[in-house]
Amino acid sequence: MTMQRVKIFSLFERFWHWTQMLLIFSLLLTGFGLHGSHNIFDFEDAVTLHTGAALALLLLWIFSIFWLFTTRTWRHFVPTIIGLWGVLRFYGYGIFKSERHPYRKAYWRKHNPLQALAYLMLKIVLFPAIWISGLAYLFYFSWRDVPHATQWLNGVALVHTAAAFAILTFVLIHVYMLTTGHSFRDHLMPMINGFDEVNLSPEEEAYLRQDQPADIS
Amino acid sequence: MKASIGMLVFSFVIALTSVGVGARDIWPTPPVMDAKPTQVSGPLRGGTADHSKFEELKGIFLSGPEVTQACLGCHTEAGKHFMHNIHWTWSYKDPDTGQQLGKRYLINNFCTNSRGNEGMCAQCHAGYGWKDETFDFSDESNIDCLVCHETTGTYYKTPNTQGSPACSVMFEGKPPIDLAAVAQSVALPRRANCGTCHFNGGGGDNVKHGDLSSALNAPPRTLDVHMGEDGLNFACTACHITNRHVWAGSRYHVISKDTEGTGKPGQRTDVATCESCHGLAPHPVDSLAQFKLNDHVQSIACQTCHIPEFARGGVATIVDWDWRTSGKIKNGEGYHEENYIQGNGDRRYTYKSIKGDFTYGEELIPEYDWFDGQMVYTTIDTRFDPQAESIEINGFGGSREDERSRIWPFKRMHTWQPYDKGKGTLVYTHLWGEDDAAYWGNYDMGAAIAKGMADFGLDYSGEFGFIQTISWWPITHMVAPKEDALGCGDCHTPRNSRLASVEGVYMPGRDHNRWLDIIGTLVVAGTLAGIIIHALVRFFSSKPNGEQRR
Repeated sequence: MTMQRVKIFSLFERFWHWTQMLLIFSLLLTGFGLHGSHNIFDFEDAVTLHTGAALALLLLWIFSIFWLFTTRTWRHFVPTIIGLWGVLRFYGYGIFKSERHPYRKAYWRKHNPLQALAYLMLKIVLFPAIWISGLAYLFYFSWRDVPHATQWLNGVALVHTAAAFAILTFVLIHVYMLTTGHSFRDHLMPMINGFDEVNLSPEEEAYLRQDQPADIS
Repeated sequence: MKASIGMLVFSFVIALTSVGVGARDIWPTPPVMDAKPTQVSGPLRGGTADHSKFEELKGIFLSGPEVTQACLGCHTEAGKHFMHNIHWTWSYKDPDTGQQLGKRYLINNFCTNSRGNEGMCAQCHAGYGWKDETFDFSDESNIDCLVCHETTGTYYKTPNTQGSPACSVMFEGKPPIDLAAVAQSVALPRRANCGTCHFNGGGGDNVKHGDLSSALNAPPRTLDVHMGEDGLNFACTACHITNRHVWAGSRYHVISKDTEGTGKPGQRTDVATCESCHGLAPHPVDSLAQFKLNDHVQSIACQTCHIPEFARGGVATIVDWDWRTSGKIKNGEGYHEENYIQGNGDRRYTYKSIKGDFTYGEELIPEYDWFDGQMVYTTIDTRFDPQAESIEINGFGGSREDERSRIWPFKRMHTWQPYDKGKGTLVYTHLWGEDDAAYWGNYDMGAAIAKGMADFGLDYSGEFGFIQTISWWPITHMVAPKEDALGCGDCHTPRNSRLASVEGVYMPGRDHNRWLDIIGTLVVAGTLAGIIIHALVRFFSSKPNGEQRR
């Protein structure tokens, strides 16, 4: 096992990440504007931006889901408890003692166990909660005549707003995490140029050098 | 193409402004202005007859009914048709509530009742000579064709009876009417014909409705996008389409939500709803916002956004009337005060001995509520708690759950008016007459009520008081151009929402769950605080010798 600089984020994944970042940022900004938390936009503009960004994000997610399953990269997000405690202990204690982050990226495990779990929850809990409630919200007038529609609408609004608060919280922690472990820049660059230090097995290294020499330096 | 339309409109505006605005409060009918463009009426357009060429209309006419007989000589069925219409019957039986409605019977909270006061009030009956219960509703020659159809602007009506000298003085000294010239001028009704009565309901210009005033005789497009002379120039009958002298559109039978839209060509000649022309998806879908607006049609009446204020155009409406102060006398006579100057510069009565105190409003923001189209009236037969704080003259229902209901704008009229305190009913007040009991001239409310009730065989306890009454007037005219319509943020806002008082639905922007907001804010703020603490601890616990933090 040796540390190598390897391309771990493909062009599409980087495009996905940064587009998603922009869309989620504008959704949060316009969404809390619609909610009445600030007055940066007028309501009509906020609705237009919010709905447009939401539909674009849904399209992006359709592509990304297709990507995850065709490239088998979904496996990065399978939860594991192996090493989870070590990571938790690091953020809660070891980090203050200037310990070294316990996790080493592997070629088929580019997220640490806590990261993988957090992203998985984001993908299967928070995101579905926000887009399902959001679509129900957007198309309220197509179901306004079902029984108890107003109570349902209340619930939809509640779920949507709660999910927004949760995603905002995630974003805050996510950005803060970039400052831990390596430097902020070290965390950021892989998502820009795609390359990061990864523990490679001799077989993986041999494979990459033979078949994908551009992905390893 | 656009540029040429723009030029056309521009030259139009220049033409109009050069014609000048004045001369518009001549009693009823439209002023003579040949330069005026023709108003657009309903399906009947561009008639095939020139009435000034008819021999039948040349003759000397001594009275209105003689003109009517000349009209009926050719328009053989017009009389029969007209007699079915509410302008003639002043009567409407609500098929759903069974209530006997119509001006002939109802009590309002303006001049209160026409019943027993027809000598005055029936000036606005589309007929001749209705003084009392003996009026013959089956005599076609009693129909007044001219008030709706003449276009010279010289025709007028006076009360059918003399009344007290205190009032009759108002109607003296009018020039005689050249009935032949008037008869030869007939055409489809113009706004000023309808406005003769409908702009002056409640006893003066725009007093009653708030959205129907003399400002609509020659309105700019900004006041009413349909009637604007520099715009579509619709006459009333362009929307209030006519079938055998019966008009579409009714305050007794309101269609609060039209679910049929335009219908096929030739259909839908029975309604005056916005949807009957604009369809059920009226906003062109060229943006996400427009798509959402078309959705809103299900919950929001068009009028709610498109009539942002009423009583625009410089003519005020009365919003509060206090009969308690009526009857004050100076030097043995009634008097009046004119202390309100409205937008167009005219003075308005703020006190009249015969009526009490008035409060005016202009450019008013309506009240909003769910409305299912059904008004329930407090009639002369309705008993209520005499101790009630206030009663609704025409209460209405509606809710989010009711599929006929939409959110509508209303003018709210508040009045202190006389009632039977002993029995808990409204009263017919005998206002107009030559006798000693008529309130106008004698100023004895008790006597006026006693006679007003006795004349129709109604019980009166003998004890009257004043009670607060509310009437609701759905706002539907003075439709602003689209650029002046309400924006989303006028309602979808946590503060000062137009729809702040409307219940039964969660509105994004207006509503929020208090607990969710508190918890959500705490979680976000707590996270930020946690991050800061975490970062500070990291900073101060790091090795001082510069070894890189990991």
